[in-house]
Formats: sequence, structure tokens, C-alpha cells
Amino acid sequence: MKIADDVPSSLSALDRPNSYIGRSVPRPNLARLTEGRAQYVSDVTLPRMAHVAFVRSPYAHARIKAIDTAAAKKAPGVIAVVTGAELAQVITPWVGVLTHLKGIKSAPQHAIAVERACWQGEAVCAVAARTRAEAEDACEVVAVDYEELTPVTDPETALDPATPVIHASLGDNLTFERKHEAGEVDKAFAEADAVVATTFRFGRHTGVTNEPRAIVADWNPGEARLTVYQGTQAPHMMQNLFAKHLGLEEHQVRVLTKDVGGSFGIKVHTYADEMATVALAKLLKRPLKFVADRIESFVTDIHARDHRIHGKIAVKRDGTITAFEIDDLTGIGPYSVYPRTSGIEANQVVNLVGGPYKCPNYRARARVVFQNKNVMCQYRAVGHPIATSVTENLVEMAAAAIGVDAVEIRRRNLFPDDAYPCASAAGLKFEKLSHHASLDKITTMMDYAALRAEQARLRTQGIYCGIGFASFIEVTNPSAAFYGVGGARISSQDGATVRLDATGAIFVASGVTEQGQGAEAVIAQCVASAFGVPLDKVRVITGDTDNVPYGGGTWASRAAGIGGEAAWQAGKALRQNVLAVAGSILQADAKALDIRNGAVVDADTGRERLGLDEVARIAYFRPDTLPPGFQAELMATRHYVPRAWPFAFTNGIQASWLEVDIDTGFIRLLKHWCVEDCGTVINPQLVDEQVRGGVVQGIGAALFEHCVYDARGQLLNGNMADYLVPMAGEMPDIEVGHVVSPTADSELGAKGAGEAGTAGAPGCVVNAVNDALRPLGAKTITEIPLTPDVVLSALGRI
Amino acid sequence: MTERFHDIALTVNGEPVHERVDARRTLVDFLREDLALTGSHVGCEHGVCGACTVLLDGAIVRGCLTLAVQCDGARVETIEGVADSGAIADLRAAFEARNALQCGFCTPGMLLTAQALLAHGGVPSREEIRAHLSGNYCRCTGYHAIVDAVEAVARGRAGRRK
Amino acid sequence: MKPAPFGYAKARSVDDAVALLARYADAHLIAGGQSLVATLNMRLSAPRLLIDINALDELKQIACNGETLTLGALVRHAEAERSAEVARHAPLIAQALPHIAHPAIRNRGTIGGSIAYADPAAELPACLLALGGTVELAGPAGRRTVKAGDFFKGLFETALGPNEVLTAVRVPVARPDSRYGFAELARRHGDYALVGLAAAATAEGAALRDVRLAFFGVGATPVRAQTAEAALERGEDAVAALARDLQPADDVQASAAAKRHLAGVLLRRVAAQLTGTRA
Repeated sequence: MKIADDVPSSLSALDRPNSYIGRSVPRPNLARLTEGRAQYVSDVTLPRMAHVAFVRSPYAHARIKAIDTAAAKKAPGVIAVVTGAELAQVITPWVGVLTHLKGIKSAPQHAIAVERACWQGEAVCAVAARTRAEAEDACEVVAVDYEELTPVTDPETALDPATPVIHASLGDNLTFERKHEAGEVDKAFAEADAVVATTFRFGRHTGVTNEPRAIVADWNPGEARLTVYQGTQAPHMMQNLFAKHLGLEEHQVRVLTKDVGGSFGIKVHTYADEMATVALAKLLKRPLKFVADRIESFVTDIHARDHRIHGKIAVKRDGTITAFEIDDLTGIGPYSVYPRTSGIEANQVVNLVGGPYKCPNYRARARVVFQNKNVMCQYRAVGHPIATSVTENLVEMAAAAIGVDAVEIRRRNLFPDDAYPCASAAGLKFEKLSHHASLDKITTMMDYAALRAEQARLRTQGIYCGIGFASFIEVTNPSAAFYGVGGARISSQDGATVRLDATGAIFVASGVTEQGQGAEAVIAQCVASAFGVPLDKVRVITGDTDNVPYGGGTWASRAAGIGGEAAWQAGKALRQNVLAVAGSILQADAKALDIRNGAVVDADTGRERLGLDEVARIAYFRPDTLPPGFQAELMATRHYVPRAWPFAFTNGIQASWLEVDIDTGFIRLLKHWCVEDCGTVINPQLVDEQVRGGVVQGIGAALFEHCVYDARGQLLNGNMADYLVPMAGEMPDIEVGHVVSPTADSELGAKGAGEAGTAGAPGCVVNAVNDALRPLGAKTITEIPLTPDVVLSALGRI
Repeated sequence: MTERFHDIALTVNGEPVHERVDARRTLVDFLREDLALTGSHVGCEHGVCGACTVLLDGAIVRGCLTLAVQCDGARVETIEGVADSGAIADLRAAFEARNALQCGFCTPGMLLTAQALLAHGGVPSREEIRAHLSGNYCRCTGYHAIVDAVEAVARGRAGRRK
Repeated sequence: MKPAPFGYAKARSVDDAVALLARYADAHLIAGGQSLVATLNMRLSAPRLLIDINALDELKQIACNGETLTLGALVRHAEAERSAEVARHAPLIAQALPHIAHPAIRNRGTIGGSIAYADPAAELPACLLALGGTVELAGPAGRRTVKAGDFFKGLFETALGPNEVLTAVRVPVARPDSRYGFAELARRHGDYALVGLAAAATAEGAALRDVRLAFFGVGATPVRAQTAEAALERGEDAVAALARDLQPADDVQASAAAKRHLAGVLLRRVAAQLTGTRA
């Protein structure tokens, strides 16, 4: 196995010979992917498998008066045509609320709409047919009689008395409201030398996972078992939900994730059309496949980030930030998504604004309101991009207002690196962060002084380049504080089982899941290091509820920190077990032995004593030669959950260097940097690539991505030509650096890194554009995406 | 003459194939579902994402915008055939070493498109690589590692040709 | 999204294609299919019959007779990109071709398809208009030639009759005094342009005559900015004159105001190309 770009293990405090911790080892499963032999759920076929297509409401809000399925039932290839009312006999509705979000409310949502369609694209009828094409043909001849209702499409007026209430039983369109206050906010604003107040607007986004959502459900009546192939990030969560809503026991349900063509949070939620597919499979007693096509994906994959925020910052002449205040309004869909709720993103915004700064005065209000648009829920970096953009844009606006350099204002206000443990004004508890070390590192990496000089030089030539920063904190390794305390059956603990096989190889089953970030590789590295074998001897499986320990899956950047720690502990435990067997075979003290590079050795000298294959042979095939009363245990399971800290916060800082064409309003990204402190880095290359991918997703938000709705709740740009995702031609090279502040809450000390890139990128790109345009007297831009219209307006050119 | 269903005869990865297809069947659906060659992927069905890229008579095309029925008499190659042939061994190795793929869904299309660029010879600049790959959507990597991999392979091949 | 069902026939000749179009209602020609199959996949279009003309070798020639360059309708964008004759005799088209989508699309998409489809944000219709080229059509009444200025009539609407086949486009070859300019603004490489400009002129000393400015992405068809053309010929500020020529509408990517402004920016840049000066 070739190892690329070895990084010295000075990144890790762990001291094991031949440790893989801190090494950029290539992922073991890549050859399969590059030769086209992956198996995504969209590739899965089963005998007699049929296909589902859905009739979807063209209206944002409409009563379903009647559905005539007669013609569709007779269409070629059709097996069944099923309405919401019929399917409600098989599957119960759900409500997306959790008890720790005080006052959150939502209405029951059915797998297929029963009386009313509440967003354009909501499924109102299902057709199962031999082929997807035939199912779509039949959908066209299902006759639905709709009565259009007034849609609620403006969050600003959603709570006005004159606006229709989407769910009468709820009384109003308010999903959730949260307020927070700390310190003396009004006094701080009154005594400030400068106050910047502005309104931020963030365009609604969606994930556009390359592989759309796909599910294959197989109900075997003979076994009374439901097998579901679903590219979900949380298979145990889905196992519980399928069982619960179909009236099954959990052990009757098996969920397999297979390879997943991208998720980023899109595939961690419960979707009505996927639940409908599973319910239909049970009803029809044959395997059923649903793959959301791209047009469907735009109107059904969860959207995110639709916020309007009034933000204020107070600052003294000496650069001290004395207060932050926000009022956040976010318009979700007609239902809070299940089971994680659509209140979490706004909750995170309240939690995270001002997070990197020691300013003690903070006031926040967030309101989440229902809309007749597609549902909204957690998507990569949940709330962080919003909170970071608001915070970092306000900070640089304040710096400009008092004439202080953007780096300098951060130096004066970021939590000092020796301040820990401490808490933010929002009440977030920090174990150990490194804002200043990270700031020092990024200014060195980008040669900040030289870049400012270059910027000045180019300005004399009429070329307007900008530099922008974004400091950020990121929630990772969540404890039960995130979901469990609210009553959700979403596990915050995780487990790993390791087994020594008959020829000396190691098999690992982990409760976290893989969507391409390299979770399986990281798990393998932890086990190989803790146990003592070369990496090519380790095989990891994930994503199978029948065959892995009960776990939470992968989300909130928990796979390395939590899944990795469980794997590390399991590796250690198995090592002890194997050394006990070896000691017994060798008549030696197990404590004087070690396992290194696949063999049992003398711990002192490293002299090889016994191969692992030999240990296995004796334990499995010649136990008669072991001492009486001694039982070899060549398998070990360990679990881990963070207990000391509700979240393992990470921190970092990003910088963007770009050029604005002031004639066209087009932005050219020249370079991007990110310094990330995610604690112990298990695989530097995988972390850096997560950061890069996350940065580009954030750049997509800053420049391109926007789900555009009209006043009637119609999505105007729901296709790949009109919804712009970042492509290679416009993206910069991205340089990543690290500072390492391990967490003491685990032996590995690893925190998460999956979302950091997305958290900081939008804020620093906006800061860079404003920095570029400031000398021209342009209006400060506080909305994304930064289209040519937005830039030209700010410049007063249109 | 104007029917829906037609017999087609073509070669796919060097193997002769005879099938009867519905005229509306796209090439990528034909490959994936009729021939179980699932290495080519469907990401958008409007020709924008590039996940369905295959070779038709030696040229890269969108499998979602080509009808199977139009491929009668044609030579089709997919990632499975091209990978097995060894023609992109260096490209695959470079992608794997640099983690220029994460979920792998865009990868077959990305590899075939990169190979088409590299077949021109020479060492394209990073801008040229980015421009050539600008029709292949990747959500995972952010493209930097992909550009690194293609650049490295171009240098490697140019070095070998001396 | 899977297309609605349709029948399929392979035309054996241009006359055969014309006859099939006449015989079957709701029939559609398919050449490269790069626009058509996408609309079929989305069920935006559901013809009952597709008539495949890809086998018609008579439509694949690139030929120059000294005055005119003829591009057969089935010449693929990629072939035209590689053609030395196109580079030499129609440099404006050569300059535009790399902007069309991406290599995989250009390997199948055809010159004739692009002209016949007439997407208002497409490059080639504007190039044809700027060059003052012509379109060759074959129909039940025989062959006819239509000038570019008369061909593009409305949104996705051309002079191509329901039973006609576009067989070739013809453009005047570049001469030593020919001047060309091309620029487009797209959010991402290969996207349809927000605004674009294909321009041709004849140099007369330091001045320009026969200026032809064909904007795309600013209306239902490519638009000749005739007031701006006249201003350029007189050596006056053409950008101010442009306001009379273009009335773009808002779309999802850019507002009308932005498009008007960007058209002016492109005009300045392309005018510099025409005169050989720096913008």
C-alpha cells in the first residue's frame, strides 16, 4: 500500500509503534470506485423489483378534492396506484418536534398527502410499475382535482393576522421561537463608539447530491422481515422509524446503506416519498425501488439556509467589540422535518453568533415560520454558515467603521488561547480552542502583508482585489445534548466490534457510516494502530443494522471523533485479549508482549514471538492445546460517547483573495486558505479534502446557489441549468493548514472536521468582496448569492 | 420502420451485444439496467452533471442524452472496460493517491473526461484542466485534488514520451 | 425523468426525412440530440415519432468555394472546432465554438441543430447573424435559402417549416479586411451566456464599415444592434446608442437592467477587438 504525503506524527500525542494516527494513508476502498464497481443504492436490483413514481402537486397549497386513478391502473406495466388515504392504512403519520426546543410545534405529515398538498412537489399519489418509465406514463393519466388555496410564501408576513394559517390546529404559522440574552446589551450599544446595523439575506439552498436519493424496500412476508437499502447517514435511526410507523418490531427491520453518492446531511432526514416507498413495498409484497430524479430532488430534497437576519454590532474606538445582537427570521416548509426538527438550524444560529469572541453582551431572537415551500432541515454545517457570515461580516464592517485592520480587530477580540475552559455569551462551553494561533498561521500562509501590498498596487491600476476573513467555531462530536435529550431515538454513542480472523486478518464492524469522507478508512487506521497490524490486514464494514454495533451513523462531524474512539478502544481491547492467548501459548507474561506489524513480539526488544495467524490457528482449531479453564476471546466490542463536553468545539479561520470586475460585477476567486483546528488529525489528507470540499460548497452558497421561489410558491429554477452549483472552472486552489488542540474527552483526542469548510467560506468571500469595493464607495453587500446584479447594484452601476 | 421497439447490435467494452430496446431508452439506462454495467451513473438526465459520460465510437458523450437505439453498429466503452484495459491505470492511481474522489459518483465520468484531455498530449495548465473538466460536477472534493491528479498524470505521460 | 413513448425511424436521405415529416404528424428530427433529448427526458416535449438523420453523409461536409464556407447541418461542434477550414475561413465561428457547453456535448451537438433550435442564449445563431450567413432548407416544395436575418423569428421559433430539414449553413469567407469580435459573459464556463456578442465588420483604414453586432441572451432571438452599429461606423459612442436597440427581460440569472449594462460592457470590449485596440 503506497502512502502519499506522509505527515510526521508530531500531529499526534499517541505513541504506538507503526501507528497510522496522523498519516495520510490512501483509503482502502478506492480501487472499487475508480473502476466503476461501486454499489450505490441506485444500482441495486432485486428479483421482481418494481419501480415507484409519484404524482406531485403543481400547486404550493391546494385541497385535494378527488383523485381518479382508473385510467392509471389500466396503463401498461402498472402494478398499483395508491393514494395518500389508502397508504395511511399501512403507515402512520409523524410530527417533527423535540422536547428540548421549547414550544416547537408542527402538524402530522403523511407519507403521501391525504387531504391537502402543502408545497409544490409534495406527492399526492403513487404509481408502482414494472419500469420507472411506465410508472411515469401512468402518473400522467392520474386525474387529480385540486382546489387551489392561498399559499404562504413570505416569511415577513407569515405571522400577520391576515395571513392564512397553514395548519389551523396549530393556531398560527410559528414553528419555534427562541430568545437569548446575556450581559448588558442595551448599555453596550448606548456606550459604543460605533454601531453597525444591517440586514442580512441568505438564499435558500439545496444539497444537489450527485447521486439522488434512492431507496429499495423489500418486505418478505415469509420471514416477516423488511430489508431497506437506503443511502442514509443514520441507518439505526431509520430502522427505528420504519418499524415504528409500519407497526413492526425493530428487529424485523434491516437497513443497508451500500455506497452513497454524496449526502452532506440531505440523506439523514425522513422523506415522505421514501417512507411511502417502504409502505408500498409492504403493501404490495414485492421489492420496490424509488430513485428521485433530479427535477424531483429540487422540490423534495430538504432545502436549507433561508434566513433574513437583522444584525447589530457595537464597537469601541480601541477596537473592542462590546455587543452583538441578531433578529433571525427563517421560513421553512409546511412541516418541521422528522425526527431532527426544522428548529435546529435557527437554534444553532442563536448559539453560534459571536462564538469566537470574548464579548459578553449578546441578544438574539430567532423565529421559524411555516411556508408553503419545500421542507427545510439540517444541511452541512447547519446554521454555522449563517452565524459565521453574520458575525464575521459585522466584525469587518465594524473594523472598517473605526478604521482598524481586519486582522487587528480579531486580535483584540478573539478568545485568548489561554482562556480555556470558558463559555461564550451564548452559553457554549469551550474546552480548548486556538483562535489566535490559527490567525497567526493563516496570516503567515497567505503572507498577509504582501497580499495587502499587492492589493494596493493593483488598485492603482484600476484592478479591485479584496481580502476577507472568517473566524469560526464548529460543533462536532455531539453528545446526547443535541437530540437525545429532546426525546429523539438518535444515538449519540457509537460502537465498534473487532475480530481476529482465522488467518490473522482483522474484521471491523462500526456503527458510523461512509458517504465518501473516508469514515471507513479512519476507522481502519484507528484499529490498525490500536491493535498493531498493517492497514492492509484490516477490513471495515459499516451501514448494516444487522451486522454493526448500535450506533448513530455519521452526521455533525462525529465519525472520526466518536466512531474512531470506539474503534480505538475496541482495537486496544482485542489486543489485550490476543496477548492473553499468546501469553498462554508462549507461557509468557502477556504484559511483556505487544502486537506490532501483525505479529506478537517481546515488548522490550520487538523480537517476533508468534504470528497472528498462528494465534488464530490455535485458538480456533487447536483450543485443546490451551490451558484448562482458559477461553480465547478473539473478538471485542467497545462503545464510546463524549461525556465531559456537550460538543467538542473546533475552531478555524478562512481567508479569501479575489478580484471583482467592476464593469461586469463578476467575481474571480484567486485563492482560498483555511486553518483548521480539529484536534488530533487521524488522516491529514482526508481532513484537508473534507475542508476543501466544504469550502467549495460554501463558495457555492456565496456566489451561485439559490432556490428561487415566486409569490405563488413555485420553484422557478429547479434544474441543473438554472440552479448553479460550483464547477471546476470557477473554483480556486485551496490551501489548508492545521493547529492541533486535542480534546481530553477521548484518548485519541480527535474532534470533527467535516463541516468547517462550509461554515466559514461564505462569510469570508462576502468580506473579501466588500473589501475590494470599499474604496469605490460601494454599498456594503449583505446578501448572498453574490450575483452580478448584487455587485452591480452595490456599485451603483444599475 | 416507425415502431417503438428496435433491435440493436453494438459492441460494449469489446463484447458484442444484441438487444431489443424501447426507442426512448437512453444509452446510460441501457448500459446500467439492460447490461448491468452500473459504473456509469445518472445524476441529472439533462446533460449537465457529466456522471453519465461514456465513450461512443471513441469520443466522450453524455449517456443520458444519447438514445440506445442510436447506437446500433456503434462501439461503446464504459468505465468498466476502460479501467480493465489498463489505459487509465496512471490516472486511477493518481486519483487514489491524492483522494481526488470521495463518494466516487462523479469519478467514472471525471476519469473518462480527464483521459480525453490527456489524449491530446502535452501538459495542460491548471486553468485548462479546470476548463476541460467544467462539465463534470463534483460535490465532494472541491476539484483541487482532481486538478492535482490530472496535472501530475499529464506531467508523467509527457515525461515518459521523451 | 424518462421520456414519453415515441416511435423511431432512421432517415435514409434528406428526401426520405422530408417525406417522413410530411407523412407523420407530431414527428421531430433528431440529430445530435443534446437539446432535444434533455427536453424529452423532462417531458417538455413529447413527439410521437423521432426521425434520426445522423446517417445522412450528405449533410456532413465542410466545403469552401472561395467565396462561401458551407457547413453541413450534421457537422459536430467538435469537428468544426478541429477544422482548419473553419479556423481560416470563419474565425468568428471558431472563436465561439469553445464556449458551447462542454466537450462531451460538442462531440454530439451539431451546427444545424444549434441553428434550428435557436436558443436565444446560444452562440452560433448570433454568429450566423453577425456574418450575414444563410440557411439551406429542404422541404416538400424543394430546396430554399433563407438569410440569417429572416431565419430567427421568435422564442425557439425559426423559418424552418414543420416538414423541412435544415441541410446546411453558409457564411461568407473571411477576407484580409474582415474584422471579428466575440465575447460572452457566463456565470460558469460552458453555461448559456447571460449576455453575448458576436460581431463582424470590414476595416476601411482606421474606420469600420458594414458593422454587424449580433447580441445573444438579450431577447427571444439574436438581436442586431443597428443603432449601435451605425454609431460605431461613425466612430461615435456606441454604448449610449445601444439603449435603443436592446430591450432584454428579467430572467432567473440576471435582471433586465444588468443585461443592458453588461451588453454595454461587451460592446466596449468587442469594439476594441474589431478595431484591434485595447479595451
